[in-house]
Amino acid sequence: MTKFREEDVYIFNKSRECMSKEEREELQLRRLKKVVKYAYENVEFYRKRYDEHGVSPDDIQTLEDIQKLPFITKDDLRNTYPFDLQAADKEDWVEVHSTSGTTGIPTVAAYTQKDLDIWAECVARGLASLGVHKNDIVNVAYGFGLFTGGHGAQYGVQKIGALAVPMSSGNTQRQMNFLRDFPADFLCCTPSYALYLAESFEQAGIDPKSIPLRGGLYGAEMWSEEIRSKLEDKFDISAQNIYGLTEVIGPGVATECHIKDGMHIAEDHFYPEIIDPKTLEVLPDGKRGEIVFTSLTKTGMPVIRYRTKDITSINHDKCGCGRTTVRMSRITGRSDDMLKVKGVIVFPKQIEEVIMTMDELSPAYQIIVSRPGTLDVIEVQVEIDQVNFSDSIVDLEGFKLNLARKIRDAIGIGVKVTLAEPFSIPRSEGKAVRVIDKRDFN
Amino acid sequence: MPIKQLSVFLENKKGRLWKSLNTLKKEDIDIRALSIADTSDFGILRMIVSDPDKAKSVLESQNFAVSFADVLAIEVEDQPGGLESALALLNDYDVNVEYIYAFVEKKTSKALVVLRTDNNELSSKLLSDNSFSLIGHDEAYSL
Repeated sequence: MTKFREEDVYIFNKSRECMSKEEREELQLRRLKKVVKYAYENVEFYRKRYDEHGVSPDDIQTLEDIQKLPFITKDDLRNTYPFDLQAADKEDWVEVHSTSGTTGIPTVAAYTQKDLDIWAECVARGLASLGVHKNDIVNVAYGFGLFTGGHGAQYGVQKIGALAVPMSSGNTQRQMNFLRDFPADFLCCTPSYALYLAESFEQAGIDPKSIPLRGGLYGAEMWSEEIRSKLEDKFDISAQNIYGLTEVIGPGVATECHIKDGMHIAEDHFYPEIIDPKTLEVLPDGKRGEIVFTSLTKTGMPVIRYRTKDITSINHDKCGCGRTTVRMSRITGRSDDMLKVKGVIVFPKQIEEVIMTMDELSPAYQIIVSRPGTLDVIEVQVEIDQVNFSDSIVDLEGFKLNLARKIRDAIGIGVKVTLAEPFSIPRSEGKAVRVIDKRDFN
Repeated sequence: MPIKQLSVFLENKKGRLWKSLNTLKKEDIDIRALSIADTSDFGILRMIVSDPDKAKSVLESQNFAVSFADVLAIEVEDQPGGLESALALLNDYDVNVEYIYAFVEKKTSKALVVLRTDNNELSSKLLSDNSFSLIGHDEAYSL
């Protein structure tokens, strides 16, 4: 029995979310032709790139013709920093967002009012599939500012006409007070921060289940089904996945319905393709690969065949919720941040999944990759259970060996497990830093 | 007649031992006996303290992982072979000693040791039947 009420969920825009295949493809093709022409005519970058490749907007006669167009990558976005990819006139720009730029030059995107309206609609679709109505209160604990998380969620809430509480991230005590006192019906933030809030309630002697919260859209970082069940169990809510990226529009590119079998892509606005990141060949439904997006309606910074580096697969089968939009599965890694340790490809998520199956562990963990000599070492730090801690060294060492063996079974290489004191692994109030790679590759 | 020992998990990191003892000092909790078992990345601090329940709760409020274990506190003669004779007895009955350490204070001509075995009940009976005295809670905590 959960506080979540399935009877509350609804489809926000039936005419767009429940189209037949023919209707959808007709709409997508019409929009694709338009955006390619629009980008070609208004952005020097696209014009030059397409001329170099010997393609022109007239070559787009079917949806498959999109494959004639070259991909664009994060490097292209960096090279056009800050505004060389903008297509709209400057007088139409109303808001700018940016990535954190932790790996170098940030990616900035200016939005027109029309872009903001599309964004709000996409997030509202996700909120509707969670059962958010006009008289609900939604606390938004994604960061506000240049990061797209906070604003995007707020626009979606306001599109529905519900009350958005722009909590932003941090100030956990106030987050807890407002969740309890308002009280919030829904909470949108990163899954790691939601879990941190649940832990904080527990530490304060308050059962998180007693908070009237019914659900939320959680994303902006990789997470797993195991984290979902922890989050749903602790708060007794429905935790639904939301996906997006600044380059494409922000969160809301895809959102999960209450059936939780993949995220529905707003494909009337964002056309997805899955490619093999090595051969760049387009892959069929069900095959895992890198997801590539083309914005079909955005006017500020249109992206055409943008390589996200996110690894997933797509599925066109009709969903039990009634929507016909294509669904993408949970992101299982990034084609660029996957770890290669001792030559073996390791996704941090594989390690996380093992940790989450150990009831005695808190959800906080850290993976530290180093190369003390010539060989790579993975250290997995987990926190000891404050309540059921055994004072026997034999038990503790046994626990470490057992966890290390399970991780080795999952990833194929050995790891060193170390035990840390309760609450000593940093909880990020934004994106959790799960992997520290100390290797110097230069 | 086992007594309550406090066990604290410590990461092998600078300042953690100090932090745990500082937490006890602030609450005016006295340590009667202590030992540390260490491994490469963590240690276990085991203590007999003046107020175990309070000690557990203040340490937990500082995010330490703390647990109680039942241990025996026995008096042995403070002379060569004093402890050996107690262990000989346990050995004869196949009782395994998991760890052992001594009290800080001395009581008259006897020495006090803390003992954890894989069978505290049997150990307790053997020792008292063979005229070793076991120290109870009150006495151990107030020494």
